[in-house]
Amino acid sequence: MYSYIARRLAVAVPTILVLIIISFILMHSAPGGPFNSERPLPPQVLANIEAKYGLDQPLWKQIVTYVWNVVVHFDFGPSFQYKDRTVNDVIAQGFPVTLTYGFWSFIIAVGVGVSLGIAAALRHNSWLDYLAVGFTIGAQALPNFVMGPILILVFTLWLGLLPGGGWNGGQWNYVIMPVIALSTSYMASIARITRSSMLEVMNSGFIRTARAKGLPMNRIVLRHALKPALLPTLSYLGPAFVGMVTGSVVVDIYFSTGGIGQYFVNSAFNRDYSVIMGITILVGVLTIFFNLVVDILYAWIDPKIRY
Amino acid sequence: MFPNKQTADNLLEAAQVAEVRGRSLWRDAADRFLKNKAAVGALITLILIGIFALFGDLIAVWNNEEIDWGIMGQIAQKGAPSIANGHYFGADELGRDLYSRTVQGTRISIMVGVVGSVIAVVVGTLYGAVAGYFGGRIDNIMMRIVDILMAIPFMFVLILMLVIFGRSIFMLFVGIGLISWLDMARIARGQTLNIKNKEFVEAAVATGVRPFTIILRHIVPNLLGIVVVYATLLIPGLILTESFISFLGLGVQEPNTSLGALISAGAGQMQYGVIWQLYFPLFFFLVTLFAFFFVGDGLRDALDPKDR
Repeated sequence: MYSYIARRLAVAVPTILVLIIISFILMHSAPGGPFNSERPLPPQVLANIEAKYGLDQPLWKQIVTYVWNVVVHFDFGPSFQYKDRTVNDVIAQGFPVTLTYGFWSFIIAVGVGVSLGIAAALRHNSWLDYLAVGFTIGAQALPNFVMGPILILVFTLWLGLLPGGGWNGGQWNYVIMPVIALSTSYMASIARITRSSMLEVMNSGFIRTARAKGLPMNRIVLRHALKPALLPTLSYLGPAFVGMVTGSVVVDIYFSTGGIGQYFVNSAFNRDYSVIMGITILVGVLTIFFNLVVDILYAWIDPKIRY
Repeated sequence: MFPNKQTADNLLEAAQVAEVRGRSLWRDAADRFLKNKAAVGALITLILIGIFALFGDLIAVWNNEEIDWGIMGQIAQKGAPSIANGHYFGADELGRDLYSRTVQGTRISIMVGVVGSVIAVVVGTLYGAVAGYFGGRIDNIMMRIVDILMAIPFMFVLILMLVIFGRSIFMLFVGIGLISWLDMARIARGQTLNIKNKEFVEAAVATGVRPFTIILRHIVPNLLGIVVVYATLLIPGLILTESFISFLGLGVQEPNTSLGALISAGAGQMQYGVIWQLYFPLFFFLVTLFAFFFVGDGLRDALDPKDR
């Protein structure tokens, strides 16, 4: 088990380095520097500014400095666009918001998705099953940027129940729509995957044995069927996490919640490279870390994986 | 011997018809696909959408860049969908005809999906087949690279690229091409591992065929079934990706448009009573996605050897 974790870490660390280096080189190869403006600065001033931000160093040295700052000091450097803010300030401001609704979306997507999938599988070919299947097919084509407008249309414009945007310190009625918009399509996928794997498990030999022994149904489901049935769901959680993090960009834009996605897209329009890079790296590290956790959980549940 | 010539002819005809015709695997698959009503319905829908995207502007009264000055500024009152003034789907916030914009958006969205999918098929299949065929250390290194690339949140890197190299359809293709082949490579590798131990590959090796010829002649054709299935299922995913980026305003730029950009524009205007700007693009978006999903599912049932 420990050697398995060590092996996964040995892949995760270079992945993070590759991500940082790729984004740094991408940023460096951009035409025009961040300080090129309409009115050209006097060369001396430009040289001073570049020296301040370390842009006069050779590329490899800049990369090493950047990686060192990020890895050791968690310092993503100053924002190029806002002189009074660092990238860390931007992240500190937006990240808690993203984390709040992201957390709830994830809990709801997994909780509701798994329960729905299991219920549908246990009541195979009943109205509940058909309802679940219909829901999963419908929600597949309703990604967050389609859900957002529809939700606002229904709950804000027609019914007038919920505020159409804003965050307001995370008050519950401001959180509901972002969470629904973000979680629905993943909830559907989780339900679909859980349903099909649960069906497969319930038709397998060891479940028949358990039934023949006369075990009560809930004991069969909880003790015998659940663990193997949840493995495919677990391996889907990695991609789902990535999708939700990406989807948070849309949620931030659409509901003006003020999470990192909003800063990300604003900086994308302003060419604020250091902020874009900082957020990309943060999200990348989170993703890789999350995948690592999923892998370890997977190996813990299914020892065959550890090879 | 025969009572009359008529009977003899009939017999002869019957003998000809009864001749057993060879059934290829592809014909079997086609039969299975045609029996699946949902998939056939989706395929017909898809063809209709294709016709709409390709030839829809033939019946358009307004060009997609033309501004109807007569209704500009009063879109909510005068811009509603009507056959009379030629705006079948109404007008957008600038007074442009939404019908021809939707035609154009559908065309670009489908094009992005298909091109990305083709890139995925070519690069992913070859990469996966090479990795799977050679095996050993080469396989290990090649698939490790795929693992590393897959762990990167590509939407963010794609946006980074679009910002740095400028927002253009070409960059969008490059970016989407970079993401899309990864899954395909894994699938192709898995299948190749299966195929390379079959007798016909062994026979090819024994007769001294070079490895790359084996991969192209013997392995890749046998991968086609599964590759076609995943390519079809990839298209809606790529349409979603493109729409996502265009929704953020970073993808397809004016005067071009895509369904994602149209949905974004419609969603931004919906509180002004011009809801048709949202629901026409949304309708085509959803129908296209559903059609691709169902066709892909049907193809999987027909072609995927796993389920036989």
